[in-house]
Formats: sequence, structure tokens, C-alpha cells
Amino acid sequence: MKTTQYLFAGFGGQGILFSGKFLAYKGLMDGKNVSWLPSYGPEMRGGTASCSVIISDTPVGSPIVSRPDVLIAMNLPSLDKYEDSVMPGGTIYVDSTLVERKVKRDDVKVVYVPSTKLASDNKTPTLANMILMGKLLAEEGKFEDEAGVVNALKKVISAKHADMLEVNMNAMRLGQAYAE
Amino acid sequence: MAEKVLMKGNEAIAEAAILAGCRHYFGYPITPQTEIAAYMAKRMPKIGGTFLQAESEIAAINMVYGVSATGKRVMTSSSSPGISLKGEGLSYLAGADLPALVVNVQRGGPGLGGIQPSQSDYFQATKGGAHGDFHMLVLAPASVQEMAELTVKGFALADKYRMTAMILADGTMGQMMEPVSLDFAVGEAVEKPWATNGTKLSRPHNIINSLILKPERLEELNFERYERYAKIKETEVMYEEYMMEDAEICVVAFGIAARVSKNAINEARAKGIKVGLIRPITLWPFPEKAIAAAAEKVKKFISVELSMGQMIEDVRLAVNGKAPVTLCNRTGGMIPAPEQVLAAITEAAK
Repeated sequence: MKTTQYLFAGFGGQGILFSGKFLAYKGLMDGKNVSWLPSYGPEMRGGTASCSVIISDTPVGSPIVSRPDVLIAMNLPSLDKYEDSVMPGGTIYVDSTLVERKVKRDDVKVVYVPSTKLASDNKTPTLANMILMGKLLAEEGKFEDEAGVVNALKKVISAKHADMLEVNMNAMRLGQAYAE
Repeated sequence: MAEKVLMKGNEAIAEAAILAGCRHYFGYPITPQTEIAAYMAKRMPKIGGTFLQAESEIAAINMVYGVSATGKRVMTSSSSPGISLKGEGLSYLAGADLPALVVNVQRGGPGLGGIQPSQSDYFQATKGGAHGDFHMLVLAPASVQEMAELTVKGFALADKYRMTAMILADGTMGQMMEPVSLDFAVGEAVEKPWATNGTKLSRPHNIINSLILKPERLEELNFERYERYAKIKETEVMYEEYMMEDAEICVVAFGIAARVSKNAINEARAKGIKVGLIRPITLWPFPEKAIAAAAEKVKKFISVELSMGQMIEDVRLAVNGKAPVTLCNRTGGMIPAPEQVLAAITEAAK
């Protein structure tokens, strides 16, 4: 019986909510219980955005993630705000292009990916979130079933933007292949 | 069974309302329920329905009154301050015995308050909501699936008893996404011989009105309405019991507070504390019999709420002095953490 609590955090516009929704759909399609809860405060306008995602073998109780197992920090304010809340033994994914400092905790696993730079080099500057997601899926062993990843992506990209499917997959493959 | 989709609670309410045959929506935007209006704005024109953004909440509830009088299913939605504005209309709907579905996705108050989740409109919802002798059916969903199912149920109950059914949700329920299946029965349409939908010269005309100047007649109508309420109290109470079989401590909580409480109860059980949950699904009628029955064996009650303690009054009435009832709460848009509820349970177990 496993429950994993994820907290995605960054600037509004970085695709924080989209990343979370994609991962929740991946969980749903893997037959898990899932929940997705966005922050919806006025801070979303240019400030920090965050969303809680829970993927569990058992029914989800509270959808609020206050002690994440996994933190995805896409900017410095997010790392500053949530670093201490991560469960010991948890994992922190950091966009190391935008977060210049290192994680201070020594009881968590840290994965640094310069995803904003990789996105910009790849001429898809808006897909840093999906590059980081690719790395997360690879670390969690969820990229082995690539068809499953594509199917989940189809749920969050509408049919009229089907051209974005491959672009997003490429971004995730970039993250998957990235090694520090 | 149909494939489950991820939906926001607000969207689930809107889609369920359409499934239930609602083709008229009137509203005015307010966080955190605006997705309901946005969803209706997209869908209603495509299915021959009416979406109308009114000039105010007051206008919207009066449009609901008008459509309801014609016998059609109709709804409006808002959040706390907007519901206060609808108060007059809610009372008129009650006075005219008109069915309607009203959604309140609560935010922190009083006043314009904040936009974060709250349950501090409990008094307003369950004690009538405006002037005069009346009640609304109040349904409190605790999942996105229930947001959908209770919307359908709400329309059915509203029609059956000719009164307003209110979905009393909160910002979390409205904003969160969960898997939802919209593959459920929506029930039979109710005959509405009272509707003012044109006599076609084949029957005497119907009158829908809430102005009754003869006190004898107004009293009679109020008595009749309360006979209906008594029947509702007997037959329509809904609640969930969780781990109550051997419970010595009983948590009472609804909506998001119940979800948080379940986490705490699971942790307390792991520590050997015998605690369970009664989750009211109908807040009016309140599951007073279930709580009274629990009071025969439970040593302590804890009311967990996102308010300064409102439901606790109904819990105390039901417990009727047989056990202490304490409050575990946050307010103003804050949500109690499972740790806070666990601490309250641990304290009660001492």
C-alpha cells in the first residue's frame, strides 16, 4: 500500500498546474486513486503557483499536500518556501537554471535539471516543466512504458493541439535522457 | 462502466446539472466557483439551453424564480458573499414553494472575506438562509464524485418537495480534480401540475406567489410546509459512518473537514485509539438520530469544522448532554491539518 504526495511549485505560467494534471492522469490510467488540488489565490498572477497531487493505492483522504514526498521546485521562492516541508527520505527536483542555490537538506534525494536552459536550447522555451517531468518519470521508472506516457499526455492535450503531443514527448525524452 | 475522467468539482457540478436535465443557468462570477458559470457558458448554447450572466446575484436568483415557476429545472451558483445577496430570493422561493438548485462554494468570511475554503456559512444554509419560517435541503459533498451525484440528487429532492436544495461545498471541493464517473441514473422527471406554463384554455390558471396577507392562510401554509419538512427529516437523511463499530471517540465532520479527519483517524487507529467518523451528507436534515445513537456508546465527540464552530451546536443538540463535545477548527480560509485533528483525538483519548 503506497501513497505518494507531490507538490509542484513555481511561477505562474511555467505550467505547474499542467504538469500536475498530467501526472494525476498518468496515475489514474495506472489504476491508482488520485487527487489534484491547485493553489488558487491572487498570488497566481505572476507570483508563485503550486498544486498538490496525490497518487495512492488506497482512497485519497485529504487532497492537501503539506508534507510532500516529492517536491518539484521550478523557482527559488518555491524551494525557499517548501524545502523544509519535504518528508525525510523524499525527493526534490530542482530547475537548476532558475534556482542558483543548492538544496540544504541532507536527508532527501535531490535531482538537479537545468530544464529552463535545456528547453531554450531545444527551441521549446515553454516546456521546461515537461523536461523536468521526463526526468521525474524516468527516476520513478514510469517512462519504461512509453505508450502509457503518451496516453496520459493525450488526456491533457486537446485534439485540436495534437501537434503539441510530439513536442511535449520530445521535451520529456530530453529530461529522461539528461544526466548530471 | 464509463471511463473515469479527471474533473474539477465545479465542472462536475455543472456537467451533472446538465445530465439532470437542467437547461437554465443564471449566475454572476465569484471565486472559487466561477468554473461552474464558465462551463455552463460553453455547454448551454450547444444543447439548446440558456446561460445568462446576470447583472448581479440578486438578479440571478430572481431569474431562477421565474424559470422555476414554469416548471423547468434551473440553478444558480455563487460563493459566500454572493449567497448572502441571494437571501431574499431564497426566501421568496420558499414562500412560493418553488424547486431550485443553489450551489454555495464557500469562502472565508464574514464580509467580502477571502477566497480560500471555508465552512462558515453552515448557520446560514441550515437554519433557513433568510427571513421567514423555512428550510432548504442542504447537501455537503466530500469528493468530486459526490459533487456530481448530489447535484443530481439535489434536483430530484427539490422537485419532489418543492423547495430549494443547496449544495454546500467549499473552495477545495470546487477547485480540486478527482476521477469522476458520470455514468449514473438521473431518475424520472416529476410532474408539476402547479407550473405556470400556459393553461392552453384546458385548466384553471395557476398562481405562484409568496405574498399572503391573510395571517390565517399564511399560518396554514407554514404548517403545511413544516409537515413536508417533518417527512424529509424522517426519510431523506444521509450520512457516512467510518470505523464507528467499536469507536469510543466520534469525530463529526463534513466536506473537506471529513477528508482531513479520515487521515487523522487512520493515524490514530494505527496508534490503537478507537476513533470513528460520522460524516453528515445532508446537513439539513441533520443526521441527529445517528449521532444520538452514537452518544449511547461513544465517550467523547469532536466537531471538526472550517469555522468558529457552527455545526457543533447541532452535534450538541443531538448528543443531548450524554457526552462532551469539543471543537477542532480553523477559520478564515485556513484548513486544519491532519496533525491538528490527530492532536485533538489524542487529547480526547487521555
